[in-house]
Amino acid sequence: MKAYELIDHECDVIVVGAGGAGLRATMGLAEAGLETACITKVFPTRSHTVAAQGGISAALSNMGEDDWRFHFYDTIKGSDWLGDQDAIEFMCREAAAAVIELEHFGLPFSRTEDGRIYQRPFGGMTTHYGKGIAQRTCAAADRTGHAMLHTLYQQCLKHNAKFFIEYFAMDLIMEQGECRGVLALDMATGTLHRFIGQATILATGGYGRTYFSCTSAHTCTGDGGGMALRAGLPLQDMEFVQFHPTGIYGAGCLITEGARGEGGILRNSNGERFMERYAPNAKDLASRDVVSRAMTIEIREGRGVGADRDHLLLHLEHLGPDVIHKRLPGIVETAMIFAGVDVTRAPIPVLPTVHYNMGGIPCNLHGEALTVRDGDPEAVVPGLMAVGEAACVSVHGANRLGSNSLLDLVVFGRAAATRCATLLRPGSSRTKPAAAATAAAVERFDRVRYASGSRPTAAIRDEMQRAMQKDASVFRNGTILANGCKRLRQTFAGFADLRTSDRSLIFNTDLVEALELDNLLRQALVTIHSAMNRTESRGAHAREDYPERDDVAWLKHTLAWVDDQGGVRFDYRPVHLQTLGGDVESIPPRARTY
Amino acid sequence: MTGMAPGQLRWRCRRGMKELDLLLGRWLERGWPLADAVTQGTFARLLEAQDPEIAAWLLGGVRPDDPQLAALIDDILRHRN
Repeated sequence: MKAYELIDHECDVIVVGAGGAGLRATMGLAEAGLETACITKVFPTRSHTVAAQGGISAALSNMGEDDWRFHFYDTIKGSDWLGDQDAIEFMCREAAAAVIELEHFGLPFSRTEDGRIYQRPFGGMTTHYGKGIAQRTCAAADRTGHAMLHTLYQQCLKHNAKFFIEYFAMDLIMEQGECRGVLALDMATGTLHRFIGQATILATGGYGRTYFSCTSAHTCTGDGGGMALRAGLPLQDMEFVQFHPTGIYGAGCLITEGARGEGGILRNSNGERFMERYAPNAKDLASRDVVSRAMTIEIREGRGVGADRDHLLLHLEHLGPDVIHKRLPGIVETAMIFAGVDVTRAPIPVLPTVHYNMGGIPCNLHGEALTVRDGDPEAVVPGLMAVGEAACVSVHGANRLGSNSLLDLVVFGRAAATRCATLLRPGSSRTKPAAAATAAAVERFDRVRYASGSRPTAAIRDEMQRAMQKDASVFRNGTILANGCKRLRQTFAGFADLRTSDRSLIFNTDLVEALELDNLLRQALVTIHSAMNRTESRGAHAREDYPERDDVAWLKHTLAWVDDQGGVRFDYRPVHLQTLGGDVESIPPRARTY
Repeated sequence: MTGMAPGQLRWRCRRGMKELDLLLGRWLERGWPLADAVTQGTFARLLEAQDPEIAAWLLGGVRPDDPQLAALIDDILRHRN
């Protein structure tokens, strides 16, 4: 193997990722006087947080009665009781302060006529424990995510945080079970860098691209989760993957629920409006998980359309051009561009599409990464933290509510920074790792760089995505999952036969995409094995062979590890049913009906 | 002329929104090799814009003031499939 020079950078805290969570953490760290390096593979304002258009939830009571306790209840119910109630309490209590803080930083929220932050209703958000409809979601027009990134990035620069942009973080540097920092590739020069600090915060987002059809941007390859798994650490609740019913077939771009709200109808290959069979009252307007499951059954039973009979059709043409152009203009453009369909004349090919990952790096409400050690399910991994979609705190449990993700980013990004400010002293000694701590990571980098097997990255990635889409989809059963586990292990083994063709080091995207694939493959493995392992239905995880929630056996978090041969092992952590103190009562598990 | 390495240009087509990944990536693959130096320069300039701005031009029916950019947007949309 070629010898690589490693360029060292020492700082107090390293943040990997510059989406909403990474930037909020970076800002808080720099503000506290901790020397902070934020490493990001794309420019901060191009992170996937940009795509979050809906808004951020907080019980501000600007538009009528509201209370953080109502929000707390909604989030627990939405999570199908898998969420940790202490963390949910923390998030919902902090929400108002977090939004006001963003307002003070200059985030241009939409306003009411009397100048207060405007709030709109969102699915699952109620008042009085399900009795009324809450208006709880704050937005900056349809650009909330971008406005948040822009605002936080400016704050980071103001506090002199240091950014390493277009640096690709490859592996954690671990010694004696402690995280010392990360090894990263500077894409512009091809040089390898060791970032060494007292703490490392992973804010690397979700891993939507493990599936064929996802709404995620190309950059969502869950690099932090891949790094954690390679470091021998577990990921939590990975079987919980949220699907949106109407992604455009092939492209994955989202067709909003508004299309069905205006009267859009889903049909199968017989032309049948199949939702009438599954939800006689709500029909096509049933909740996301119900519609997604019905679509999956139709496809599985052979009533899908297209050459592979693997998708369905969303009809709008019966609404007439006037209604379509007036009420659904965005859909006209999106369907034309990504499906080549004139929606006034023809249906849109759609299928359930991966939208969000509830699972991730297990963390406490300070953002500290956890594992099970000597029987302790709350054992902290020294030096390692995680925030945002990369983490599993767990505030979303088995199913996330809309507008709770942006809240998660800022509340826990802030909490992680506060924790570091409490525990760390600026400039205090950082343990310089021995060369052995990066030997395996450098060796892996070199192996991928010179990979001379027979299969390009795109071929292996396509095989993984199709297996996940087919076998770990919306509706699952033991036989199909077992087949999927076998297929995924073969695909994982196939990575040894990888071929990269670009041997250069200047913006070698062939190499970076291969390294991203490694991250995706490991998370695909733990996702499908965790789904096989959990023999119940809860939230986004629906098993045909185990259709009921089973609180006796499964009111617990799954922890999954993967070895280099693709073997997955499990352990569990208890769900925190307790709250933080006396301000709110714990909500005991009950049936989840809407 | 853009002064950017081919990989760098490809990487800069990675955006925060999937719709933009697809449209910019396709044009880079199919439109770029046929484009003249001025258009290639305009594309490099487009990549410097913010994601919501690019989305408004490509998906929201908004026309950029700059005629070179406007012509490029049309060409990107012609290469959409």
